[in-house]
Amino acid sequence: MEKRKDRDGKVLFSNYTLGEGVRKALSLSRDDILFEVKDSKLKGRGGAGFPVSTKWMLAAAAIADEKYVICNADEGEPGTFKDRVLLVEYPELVFEGMIIAGYAIGAKNGIVYLRGEYEYIRKSLEDFLVQMRKDNLLGKNILGKEGFDFDIEIFLGSAAYICGEETALIESLEGHRGEARNRPPYPVNTGFNGKPTSVNNVETLGCIPHIIIKGGEWYHDFGTEKSSGTKLFSVSGDCERPDVYEWEWGITINEMLEKVGAKNTKAVQIGGASGICVPKSQFDRKIAYEDIPTGGSIIIFDENRDMLKVLKNFMEFFVEESCGQCTPCRIGNSKLLEGVEMIENEEYTFAYLSKLKDLGKTMQVASKCGLGQSSPNSFLSILENFKDEIFYHEAGVENGK
Amino acid sequence: MLVFEKTSLAEEIEQLIEKYGNARSALLPILQEIQSKHRYISDYAQQEVARHLKIQPVEVYSVITFYAFLNSEPKGRNIVRICKTISCDMKNKISIVKAIERELGIKMGETTSDNKFTIEYTNCLGLCDEGPAMGINEQVFTKLTPESAVKHLHEVVG
Repeated sequence: MEKRKDRDGKVLFSNYTLGEGVRKALSLSRDDILFEVKDSKLKGRGGAGFPVSTKWMLAAAAIADEKYVICNADEGEPGTFKDRVLLVEYPELVFEGMIIAGYAIGAKNGIVYLRGEYEYIRKSLEDFLVQMRKDNLLGKNILGKEGFDFDIEIFLGSAAYICGEETALIESLEGHRGEARNRPPYPVNTGFNGKPTSVNNVETLGCIPHIIIKGGEWYHDFGTEKSSGTKLFSVSGDCERPDVYEWEWGITINEMLEKVGAKNTKAVQIGGASGICVPKSQFDRKIAYEDIPTGGSIIIFDENRDMLKVLKNFMEFFVEESCGQCTPCRIGNSKLLEGVEMIENEEYTFAYLSKLKDLGKTMQVASKCGLGQSSPNSFLSILENFKDEIFYHEAGVENGK
Repeated sequence: MLVFEKTSLAEEIEQLIEKYGNARSALLPILQEIQSKHRYISDYAQQEVARHLKIQPVEVYSVITFYAFLNSEPKGRNIVRICKTISCDMKNKISIVKAIERELGIKMGETTSDNKFTIEYTNCLGLCDEGPAMGINEQVFTKLTPESAVKHLHEVVG
């Protein structure tokens, strides 16, 4: 893989000089940073969309002898690879975002939880950290700021999708199975080793240095009223130019398809396997928290694709990746996959499928964590939006025979 | 397991404990190193790690079985993982799988008789823009064709 590509974007892919963000941040007070982030209206970019300033203010207000900043680089959603691009091409943004987070909440320790599949990136990240220590961007009294110590270590995962969920990630860091915890208590109070912890996505942290330098107001001028800023989109599937793109929130699906050279598109899966599948009739919808929110995975399907096969691929994924501790998710995903296989073999009844749809809705409310709460999304949206294709074959092989 | 193998494994684990400490949070890094060297974590290794960390061996076993990249059963010296998730699937990953199966004379999930390769499927590798993709041990290979995939196999073992 080549190093830095020529990328074009208004925030993350704009020009940046190493150290600029931290230097500016250290000239401000902790409260100023928290308010600047609040002004930016930045929300968590991993997919959940929790306001970053709220998370940081809670972690900053928590009283403890030690606190942690964790960068969630366990990017496992099918169709997502933006964090890989940031870590390979823009590590300075991510690390500086962590340093600034540490300064704002009063933490001395940063941990990057890197997914096992990205082990090949580890070396370059570690080399970069060594350089940052030499430049006094990490270590003691950073850039001469008396009393501000911060360092970052990299922790490798071992391939488990569920570890992208923040409490499962913390369990994994502590040496356990990556099973999600009950919440509350939230990690901002009781996180890694029981200490206050802010877990933020790679992209979220990457936005921070730019926000600190140019201001929260500047940032929220991009995007829409309710979705401020820009977003990285990982585009794959049937198009001429699959890649990572930085676009403002509020872009429509049609605009997006045009930019990436997608032709004869039938459907777009937004938000990866746990997202929703949007049919052609809805391509004028906007990608934004108020319409279709997403962590940035965009998978494009053209007219030749069989949506039932796509759905089966997604459901197989969830059956394998469910951690198994709560019943709705463990059993529910298997039952939904079974349902897809019944349709495939023409052994279904509509009465049973409607029960499965109810089961899907039950999983959305009864599962313990985001995995089981979102895994029925593609089942429900594909069966609803593509029912004509799946259940009724107008040009069936037995027509007129 | 032969006695001298046990002794050398025990020494190796002691060194890992020195490097990572014996706190519970050291468990994953320790297991990862054993996995990367031996391609699996034997019962004996699990017991040794448990003893040092002062936890039950079953705790170690439960962690190993949870993570896809940790194995409690022996595997080949090189683990080939082909991405089966949607974007790579649409890029005709099956042609890569078939080529590799033919070349090595085994099916997915199996190990060659000379113990050189284990081939298996994996979930999304995060290389969806460059599919079809596969990993061989810690390296990744992208934009595969049946021919290039097989070439990479031979290159890795030299």
